[in-house]
Amino acid sequence: MLLGENILMALAAIRSNKLRSFLTMLGIIIGISAVIAIQTVGNSLTASFSDTMTSLGASNIMVGVTQRSDKDTEGAESGLVFEGYRNERTPGEKDYIKDDMIEDFEREFSQDIEYIIESAGLGNGTVGIEGNSAKVVVSGGNEGYFRSLDLELVAGREIGDKAIEGGKAVCLISDYAVGKLYNTEDYEKAVGQCIEVVSGQKFYDLTIVGVYKLNDSGMLFGGNTERQTDLYTTLKYVKSKTHIDGYPSFTVVKSSASTESSNDFRSRIQIFFDKYYHTNRLFEVTTSSYESMLEQMTSMLGSISLAISIIAGIALLVGGIGVMNIMLVSISERTREIGIRKALGATNGSIRLQFIIEAMMLCIIGGLIGIIIGVIGGSVAAGAMDVTAKASGSSIVLSVGFSMAIGLFFGYYPANKAAKMNPIDALTYE
Amino acid sequence: MDKKLIIDMQGIVKRYYIGKPNELEVLHGVDLKVYEGEFISIVGQSGSGKSTLMNVIGALDLPTIGEYRLDGIDMFRAKENDLSAIRNRQIGFVFQTYNLIARMTALKNVELPMLYAGMGRRARNERAKELLRMVDMEDRMDHSPDELSGGQKQRVAIARAMANNPSIILADEPTGALDSATGHLIMDIFHRLNKEQGKTIILITHSPELAEETQRIVTLHDGMITGERKGGGKIAAG
Repeated sequence: MLLGENILMALAAIRSNKLRSFLTMLGIIIGISAVIAIQTVGNSLTASFSDTMTSLGASNIMVGVTQRSDKDTEGAESGLVFEGYRNERTPGEKDYIKDDMIEDFEREFSQDIEYIIESAGLGNGTVGIEGNSAKVVVSGGNEGYFRSLDLELVAGREIGDKAIEGGKAVCLISDYAVGKLYNTEDYEKAVGQCIEVVSGQKFYDLTIVGVYKLNDSGMLFGGNTERQTDLYTTLKYVKSKTHIDGYPSFTVVKSSASTESSNDFRSRIQIFFDKYYHTNRLFEVTTSSYESMLEQMTSMLGSISLAISIIAGIALLVGGIGVMNIMLVSISERTREIGIRKALGATNGSIRLQFIIEAMMLCIIGGLIGIIIGVIGGSVAAGAMDVTAKASGSSIVLSVGFSMAIGLFFGYYPANKAAKMNPIDALTYE
Repeated sequence: MDKKLIIDMQGIVKRYYIGKPNELEVLHGVDLKVYEGEFISIVGQSGSGKSTLMNVIGALDLPTIGEYRLDGIDMFRAKENDLSAIRNRQIGFVFQTYNLIARMTALKNVELPMLYAGMGRRARNERAKELLRMVDMEDRMDHSPDELSGGQKQRVAIARAMANNPSIILADEPTGALDSATGHLIMDIFHRLNKEQGKTIILITHSPELAEETQRIVTLHDGMITGERKGGGKIAAG
């Protein structure tokens, strides 16, 4: 008998019992929509993060001072440390990666690196002019820093290499901050102005050389609260104010000519810095890259997805049992119909097929509703997280297949029961 | 008679609950021969084994002992799927309780045996309409069974029985649930099918009056054929 006829028959049967069919599908709907929603969120986050990270330089390697793990420190000292409980320490100035280390590093790795990015900050501050004020974060960077920032200027010019070299007291300010300070859209007016930044009881006088366009797509900002924007100055200027020699971290941009794998390169960097840090009991230098962060995030999302998928799997199992249950009820209600069909010449096989397809249609319809709800739910969640929603095609296809498999698996037993009915008993069933 | 033997039963015994303490023998060796184009009736009290005999004739059930050939096919050799095919193509059932599928329109009900025979959609549809026209039900083909009267339902059921042009129409108390006027109308259809299309019809009934209309009356009593005589016959109306 034709598949199409069976599908039409199944749809008619499902339609004739709408409420019951819907309630039966509910388990499947919940299960599938949960899976699809989390996959959509995960997919959207991954896509958005990898976009961001690629723009930041996925292959850039961050070299930073980090606390040694428990095993190496406290545990060994006291022998009485609860698992997962440790004193978080931040590296002090003495633990920083010193300027001379970086110089050595640059010399030794000159073949392998394109440039390095160093920056230091003066912290949060406020710029005030004639009653207007703007909140800023002051950071000083080296050449590499500005190169990697790749700012889009709307007025003035970049901080020149010479200014960077000389540690001049110049800065780049955001168009947003200019708007706040000067109540103007004419950013050229701000160029050349001298501003005073107040940060932690200290005053810094900087000359604006350029105004950059604030990137609005950032996901760190919300609503109407006043924004704090970056104020960029030269690294040497900052260091001359802070008197700190060295950094908690810096970034290495690998030479594009290098064919070494990111991991090998990172372990060479690690070994280089271990020389300086093997005597430091609390801190060491570790490396990381956006690439590896992306991997970590993907694997974290993966475990969240797995956990939700297991829960969804349980929902689907319960849903499947529900389908089986309702099919058993339906078959016992339709015993007479089965008898009639058999008397009219239906084979056991065609009866079995009819009910398997009915169970599968229940699950497929449930699955499709679940997919729609899941995609909508996932998109809303992704929207709330300010990332572009991107449904996962593979999981949609998989869900439809999985729904069909549930229908087949849980529909087989009732269908087989129907197929094996004795036609006379079925015909005389009241 | 030189007509083709369509049902050939010899020594048919049917037992239920075999090997159990409540083992029950319903048919004790029935011999029955039905020739092509005959219109016979099987009469008997309730409990005489009429229904069991009908089930055996209709390939819904297999006899325990005996020989049964239907249109030359040895029923003992038939497998499950062969029996389905026989029910589908050789036999048209008409039941006392109509046994139409409630969820389906009259037309779809008539199409059902053709669906199981693997007939295409259009051919099925045309044939079903033609059959409904034959029983004067064409104007109600889109009605569901619960929108039809008893007589109308039985007419649809007869159309359905004729769907695959079977050799035998097996009618089990077809007028049992109808008033006598409607019952006669149904009987007229059977007479017409017998006369005009040469269908072999086996009517199972407990009504002597209806049995009289048929060509041959077989009396079943306690699982045995106790009598056989010619009936009055009837000229089909119209």
